[in-house]
Amino acid sequence: MYGIMAEFDSAQALIDAAKRTHEAGYNKIDAYSPFPIEGLAEEIGFHRDEVPLVVLIGGIVGGLTGYLMQYWMSAVDYPLNIGGKPPHSWPAFIVITFEMTILFAGISAVFGMLALNGLPMPYHPVFNVPRFSSASKDRFFLIVFSSDPKYDAAGTRSFLQGLEPRSISEVPS
Amino acid sequence: MDEQYKMTANAQETPVIEPGYTFGTVTEKISAIVLTRPASNGWFVGFGIAFLMTMMMLYAIGYLFLKGVGIWGVTIPIGWGFAIINFVWWIGIGHAGTLISAILLLLRQSWRNSINRFAEAMTLFAVACAGIFPGIHVGRPWLAYWLFPYPSTMGVWPQFRSPLMWDVFAVSTYATISALFWFIGLVPDMATLRDRATHPAARIIYGMLSLGWRGSARHWHRYETAYLLLAGLATPLVLSVHTVVSFDFAVGIVPGWHTTIFPPYFVAGAIYSGFAMVLMLAIPIRKIYNLEDFITELHLQNAAKVMLATGLIVAYGYGIEAFMGWYSGDRYDAFTLWNRLHGPYAIPYWSLLVCNIFIPQVLWVRKLRSNPVALFFVSLVILVGMWLERFIIVVVSLSRDFLTSSWGMYYPTRWDWMTYVGTIGMFLAAIFLFVRLLPMISIFEMRTLLPEAEVKE
Repeated sequence: MYGIMAEFDSAQALIDAAKRTHEAGYNKIDAYSPFPIEGLAEEIGFHRDEVPLVVLIGGIVGGLTGYLMQYWMSAVDYPLNIGGKPPHSWPAFIVITFEMTILFAGISAVFGMLALNGLPMPYHPVFNVPRFSSASKDRFFLIVFSSDPKYDAAGTRSFLQGLEPRSISEVPS
Repeated sequence: MDEQYKMTANAQETPVIEPGYTFGTVTEKISAIVLTRPASNGWFVGFGIAFLMTMMMLYAIGYLFLKGVGIWGVTIPIGWGFAIINFVWWIGIGHAGTLISAILLLLRQSWRNSINRFAEAMTLFAVACAGIFPGIHVGRPWLAYWLFPYPSTMGVWPQFRSPLMWDVFAVSTYATISALFWFIGLVPDMATLRDRATHPAARIIYGMLSLGWRGSARHWHRYETAYLLLAGLATPLVLSVHTVVSFDFAVGIVPGWHTTIFPPYFVAGAIYSGFAMVLMLAIPIRKIYNLEDFITELHLQNAAKVMLATGLIVAYGYGIEAFMGWYSGDRYDAFTLWNRLHGPYAIPYWSLLVCNIFIPQVLWVRKLRSNPVALFFVSLVILVGMWLERFIIVVVSLSRDFLTSSWGMYYPTRWDWMTYVGTIGMFLAAIFLFVRLLPMISIFEMRTLLPEAEVKE
């Protein structure tokens, strides 16, 4: 058993259910929605978003790479006199430094986000629930994972029943 | 006073989406265009014409590879010609997509949600068309990769003090970031198509493209952070791209190019022509695919206002160019101004003023701003005008510079025209495929605009 999943009709119902489940002491839970809902991640106990840090590091690395690349190529490895400018003509290097900063930061944002989310992951146990295909359309789901210390099949099920969901499904692992 | 207030309030309430839609109906309406709607005869005819134009472009480029750039009209003193004109024109058109998807996101303009997806697609295809031109203009296109710094056995490196090198980095960064931004925006909608598709092949393809997206709250949180940061990065990027393109001219000493007004005036011109292209695509698409409820009058109005504003900045740019030609006291600058107004290219210059400054002023009239047919033709005029602007900048300055003995004329050949018209075909063919294969409106962002998406803590 991977967990127990409850289905809701509206974003408001999901956010209320997530809040009550988390308050009841369940920590290993997740919520699924067809669009981003503000505040939902906080309700299930998600507070550490590392994406900004990844992007910052990517940007710094990109900027340094851009500048040092130009410095080394134009002033160290292959100095060339262009219009009498010094080999290390830093004002001319700013544009490419800027572009490389954006390039590395942008790539870090996309691939960092995917890596932190564990994507791509074509198979996931929640896809075994037939009704879950509506999670990408107009339905909202809450799952309590069986790895939660407070999880017990019957008790958790009746707790979720108390949240007045539209349906309840067991997620096989 | 009260009455007047009510009227303005009503005017502002033109909806982003017509009322009555739910999560389900929005999803069905947009995904049905891709999944169930059969391709019409009109689509096949349109795509067929665009495809033939693409083939014409490939033929022209194939012949170019065989014979060399001598088949074009470029010659000394005008060594830039159509290749650079079209490069600047296409890359400028792309700018509106990034403006809509990134800058309007940061400004919390929710009307962007219905048009950002295909505006971004337009950006990608326009940048692809733009990218062809410098590649085939270098003379030995099979060596175009020499532009990139790679460790070669020749032991040489690119010359980083040249704006042309800056352009290589700016445009390739722009293409990469635009593609990533577009793809990442598509991921949740790919999951929707994966779950709706009935054909097994479609399920597998959309399933792979969705990367296994399941809409987890943790995923959405990181997703939104990444998306917002990408928007924040793309905003200075898009402004830098046309700035760098303008440096290709402004850093040179040719009269008419060597001015500091170029960067802002190029960026404004880019957005001007880009919004014109957005409207030229949106107006027929919303009609054909019955999307008037999602791309409403509000979108047309707003796009027209952006065109009006950027058009006035462009007009200011022309004004300053003319003023500085006189005020600088530089006889070559003064001559460039005279030459534009009275020289051999006077007709294109006067046409450019008519297309870019005079005709678009009709957008001050509210009735015309909300008339799709009128907007379509004004947009066409602006696109022609912006092409003429790049023609004037590239050709007139080069044709008559400092020395009378080095003056010359530029006449594009049929190969120039075939390549240029062919890229329009390639652009349209890509748009035709896009509207059939991918959701042209961002489904998940449309859901967030519905009243039922609102939650209170």
